[in-house]
Amino acid sequence: MLERLRKNTFRHGVHPPEMKDDTADLAIRQFPFAPVLIVPLSQHLGKPAKPVVREGQEVVRGQTIAAPDGFMSVAMHAPASGRVRRITLAPSISGTKVESIYIEPYPASTQEIDDGEPCSLDATPDEIITAIQHAGIVGLGGAAFPTHVKLKPPEGKRLDTLFINGVECEPYLTTDYRVMLEQTEDVFMGIRYLMRATGTSEVIIAVEANKPLAAQQFRDTRPDDLPVEVRVSPVKYPQGAEKMIFSALLGREVPSGGLPADINAICCNVATTAEIGRLLPRGRGIQERVITIGGPGVEKKGNYRIPIGTPVRFALEQCAPVEDLSRVFMGGPMMGPTVSNLDIPITKGTSGITAFTSAETGGATGHKKVYPCIHCARCVEACPVFLNPSQLGILAKNEEYEQMAESWHLMDCFECGACTYVCPSHIPLVQYFRMAKKMVRKQSAA
Amino acid sequence: MARLYKHLEIGSSPHVTDGASTDIIMRNVFLALLPVTAFAVYAFGTGAALVIVVATASCVLTEHWLCRWTGKPSTVGDWSVAITGLLYGLILPPDLPLWMVFMGGVFGVAVAKFLFGGLGMNAFNPALVGRAFLQAAFPQPMTHWQLPFAEGRFEDIPSSVLATPFWEPTYDAVTTATPLALMKFEGQFAGSRELMGGLTSGSVGETCGVLILLGGIYLVARNMMNWRIPASIFLTVAAMTWVFQLYDPVTYPGPVFMLFSGGLMLGAVFMATDMVASPITNAGCWLYGLLIGVLVVVIRFWGGMPEGVMYAILLANAVSPHIDNLIQPRVFGTGRGAR
Repeated sequence: MLERLRKNTFRHGVHPPEMKDDTADLAIRQFPFAPVLIVPLSQHLGKPAKPVVREGQEVVRGQTIAAPDGFMSVAMHAPASGRVRRITLAPSISGTKVESIYIEPYPASTQEIDDGEPCSLDATPDEIITAIQHAGIVGLGGAAFPTHVKLKPPEGKRLDTLFINGVECEPYLTTDYRVMLEQTEDVFMGIRYLMRATGTSEVIIAVEANKPLAAQQFRDTRPDDLPVEVRVSPVKYPQGAEKMIFSALLGREVPSGGLPADINAICCNVATTAEIGRLLPRGRGIQERVITIGGPGVEKKGNYRIPIGTPVRFALEQCAPVEDLSRVFMGGPMMGPTVSNLDIPITKGTSGITAFTSAETGGATGHKKVYPCIHCARCVEACPVFLNPSQLGILAKNEEYEQMAESWHLMDCFECGACTYVCPSHIPLVQYFRMAKKMVRKQSAA
Repeated sequence: MARLYKHLEIGSSPHVTDGASTDIIMRNVFLALLPVTAFAVYAFGTGAALVIVVATASCVLTEHWLCRWTGKPSTVGDWSVAITGLLYGLILPPDLPLWMVFMGGVFGVAVAKFLFGGLGMNAFNPALVGRAFLQAAFPQPMTHWQLPFAEGRFEDIPSSVLATPFWEPTYDAVTTATPLALMKFEGQFAGSRELMGGLTSGSVGETCGVLILLGGIYLVARNMMNWRIPASIFLTVAAMTWVFQLYDPVTYPGPVFMLFSGGLMLGAVFMATDMVASPITNAGCWLYGLLIGVLVVVIRFWGGMPEGVMYAILLANAVSPHIDNLIQPRVFGTGRGAR
């Protein structure tokens, strides 16, 4: 009964227009191979992978080209059959250059995928965790956190509930939605692997109310032996953040500075789950992923299964960019980092490419006038982790980074951008906070 | 293809906003005050119209001049000083000499807003500071009240309004006392219909409680005002008054009288809700409203003056940063959320 009374959502948050109609009904299509694919050795949080191929070497699609370097690292696989042209620095979305493997696909190749050693459901949890690491699986929702690391809770913690995150609260993105509709079987298979690996006995699939078909499909096709419950939350941003999902569906908050394991929960993105279910039985690794290419800046919008390493320039060119293209960013418009160099590649963490025209960005002269903070408290009402962005913004402007972290919980900010979205004075709050967090990390490392 | 990518711009996420803008909020507050202003001119005639115009102009021009003088771009375009000016005009007596109106406006904006650092930095409501200055400097003209709906109010300009600067103004119009003064000094209570409908005397824009409430409801509906502040003030004043009236119905008036008399409606809806000078959390706003409510009742019942809304709000403005120090949102995953 209490379960029914709960609203299935978190406190605060914002309601940006969803903008998913353009691509929600378009089935996933295979994307062509770019003339050169750039596979960064560091597409995930943690240590870069170690290359196991040489320059000039021929590789087969799906072959491991870089091996994990330690536990906080995952493998990389060749996105296409071809030749390793060179291994050198390549630009990345963060602006820094990272070691990457350039692969030239053979135009005439049939691009058959090289299967590896399959991992069956009877394997031990540790074997499954290792298989996930060697399949190169990371959180496909955007954070690119190595999945196998999450599956191993710290000593003394027990995992009870497995959450499958199909919320996809970012506007414009429809990749998770398409995966849920088209790869339902893979998701259930992934759930079996994850349950076996983590020892969880209860599974909750979280979906937002704007995806009723996905929820229905899960309910209709659920295997009888799987303890899966589908929960539908009202549409609100940033519901897809894992802390928000626990708060919405479990009514429990992850302690500040703590891990989901502290409340005996684990959350896995639905596309990640589908990849586990699809790849592990065949012993394959991630060599492609589903992304949404959309926004008013491209004409051929769609959901595409795109090879990892495809340069953004090639991806955009295939989708008929409009003349008035003004801004391109990875992922959705709330958190997506802006593409400053079109030669950066699509990585495992890229959930989409969204292109805006000057109508959305206002063009080069359209930067909104910044007013002083008027204390209107809209940011306080929006912040999903109950910070005081107004106060933090004032401190950031005065470069009081230490005080922000010590007295105002700066490090609890997960940069969802809700404060900046509602700020009537157009203060770039979340940009301040990203910078402040970097400064604090730098100082504490020194 | 390459031609397409010549002008790609860089910007930090989020790449969309909800379209809210500070100047739009300010314009809407101004808009919400217009019915009250129109009623004020209708009730008190040319004198009130002149007071409102001079009050608004003095505030706007002061800010404009000070910005120019200090070499900064003028900030009058954000409309906040226009609200200050209009509100300031609405809380003055309708036959106040215009030179006093002008002086108060200059003082309020220069001292309470500009010296503190402009928009977003003012600790006190500048309109109330301007009025407090006049109350201290010119107590007699500030407590001189014109009858509403007087004959010929649109034809004649009250002689006091055009008084020569620094000379004692002369009054020719029939004067009266405000409902609060009648309550305090004569023991008479005005009827609720007169109070709500604006049929009593008082400051230019404070008399018609219903129009003020409508303006407030408009702002709350557009999410441009925190309703908790007026709600807390109303509840506190009503509850305290109700208790006192139970105790002694001859000396103490009822809740309706207290809510709709004097500047309480205008103060609670448009003055106390000044975002800059009020607390940022909802809990803080309840406390802030409680404080204003208690101060209003205390000053009205036992103070030397019949009205206390102005000082109650100014005192609460002073306490507001301390309320913010005391009450902050409970950060996610701490306190009772962490378990």
